[in-house]
Amino acid sequence: MHHHDSTSRHTDLAESTVRLRRRQSAGAVLAVAALAVVAALPLSTSQAGTTPDPWLRPEAVPAPPDNPPNDARVHLGRVLFFDPRLSGSNAVSCASCHNPGLGWSDGLPTAMGKGARLLKRHTPTVVNTAYNPIQMWDGRKRTLEDQALGPIESPDEMDMALETLVPKLSALSEYRALFEAAYPGEGINSKTIAKAIASYERTVVSGLAPFDRWRLGETHAISASAQRGFEVFQNQGNCTKCHSGFNFTDNGFHNIGVNSTSGEDDAGRHAILKLPSMKGAFKTPTLREIAITGPYMHNGIYRTLEEVVEHYDRGGDTKTNLSPDMKPLNLSAQQKADLVAFMNTLTSPPTVVALPRLPTR
Amino acid sequence: MIRSSIHCIIPVAALCVALATPAFAAEHTVSQKSKAFSTKSLNIKVGDKVVFRNDDAVSHNVFSLADAMTFDLGTYSAGQVKDVVFSKAGTFDIECAIHPDMKLTIVVAK
Repeated sequence: MHHHDSTSRHTDLAESTVRLRRRQSAGAVLAVAALAVVAALPLSTSQAGTTPDPWLRPEAVPAPPDNPPNDARVHLGRVLFFDPRLSGSNAVSCASCHNPGLGWSDGLPTAMGKGARLLKRHTPTVVNTAYNPIQMWDGRKRTLEDQALGPIESPDEMDMALETLVPKLSALSEYRALFEAAYPGEGINSKTIAKAIASYERTVVSGLAPFDRWRLGETHAISASAQRGFEVFQNQGNCTKCHSGFNFTDNGFHNIGVNSTSGEDDAGRHAILKLPSMKGAFKTPTLREIAITGPYMHNGIYRTLEEVVEHYDRGGDTKTNLSPDMKPLNLSAQQKADLVAFMNTLTSPPTVVALPRLPTR
Repeated sequence: MIRSSIHCIIPVAALCVALATPAFAAEHTVSQKSKAFSTKSLNIKVGDKVVFRNDDAVSHNVFSLADAMTFDLGTYSAGQVKDVVFSKAGTFDIECAIHPDMKLTIVVAK
């Protein structure tokens, strides 16, 4: 019951991994046989069966050595994630903005903060943040543990001082029991709160999308248009310069020339790393679940993926400090449609996320 | 002395002769490819030059915020080359501003 959704996802992936391994061994046998006949077989072909597919999510989810996940930690993290009493107003939980029903984001151009005030950036999805070596649009947090406390403490967001939160949770015996089960002897403090939330977030990973099933050999799992779109994505579209690998991100920072929506310039990464190239640079987001995590870009300027493709096709808008890797793409209408069709194959099947009962005494 | 001559002979002797300044400055080349530096660590001497070559399909921005000496090579594209003369001893954590996963430690000895 604790992590119903993630268990089913893991099972899907485990099954597909088994299938992949079977395919790999079959491929290896074929490759050996072929080698005997055609000595000049290209290396990539002979190795294709043994190299893991870089576009498929690895089954293992990384976790820091001092916080390996277990059921008690994930359960406590889930309880904290959905508990609005973690905010100063008692009305805002992590899930208010990272809503599982909206792709673990909020469906808004930019986040709605304390007092329903709009903040300046789009809420990033939680999906696959477990794989990110650096967090936030501007990379100001390294780990999920570091990140978890940020929005809780921020006066613009949940506005809850940790020195208030710790006694508030400690007053409830059910919370005391949950913390003791998850982190025996460590008590309720900012560290264990952060570790538990991070442990839960590490279960929020992308499931088996049509794209993955296609990579695993299901020829018709995605349309011909989407297959062409994946070619455009890797070649003329220039997309893999940044959106590379199974999580479709280089975990890097780029100024892609997005116009301001507020009239004010957002310094982006430059607020953290004072190098000229970082002015207006933002972290490359994952494209996993991209069809359900709009609006798009750091300020949510685009409502649709079609608009995003147009942005890149014209080589960005604001040219100040634009990355030299941005340039007009001259894509045809068909190529643009194919790219969108491809991105739509990165949505995994919907899962039911179990809401925990929250401590009341 | 020995170290310096090894570094001169192996790469391009003529170039080393031309570049040989009063001291025994050596030149080292670090490539950037597939969003990684070609080495994770490098030991050099004060006065040595390190050439940072971009052999990648994407732009890079090599920099260091080390206490001894900070530098920022700015963004440069595939095929371009920039270099740094390390005039101070110390340990330099070198990174790419664009790709924080790219890390290199250069130890500069006196």
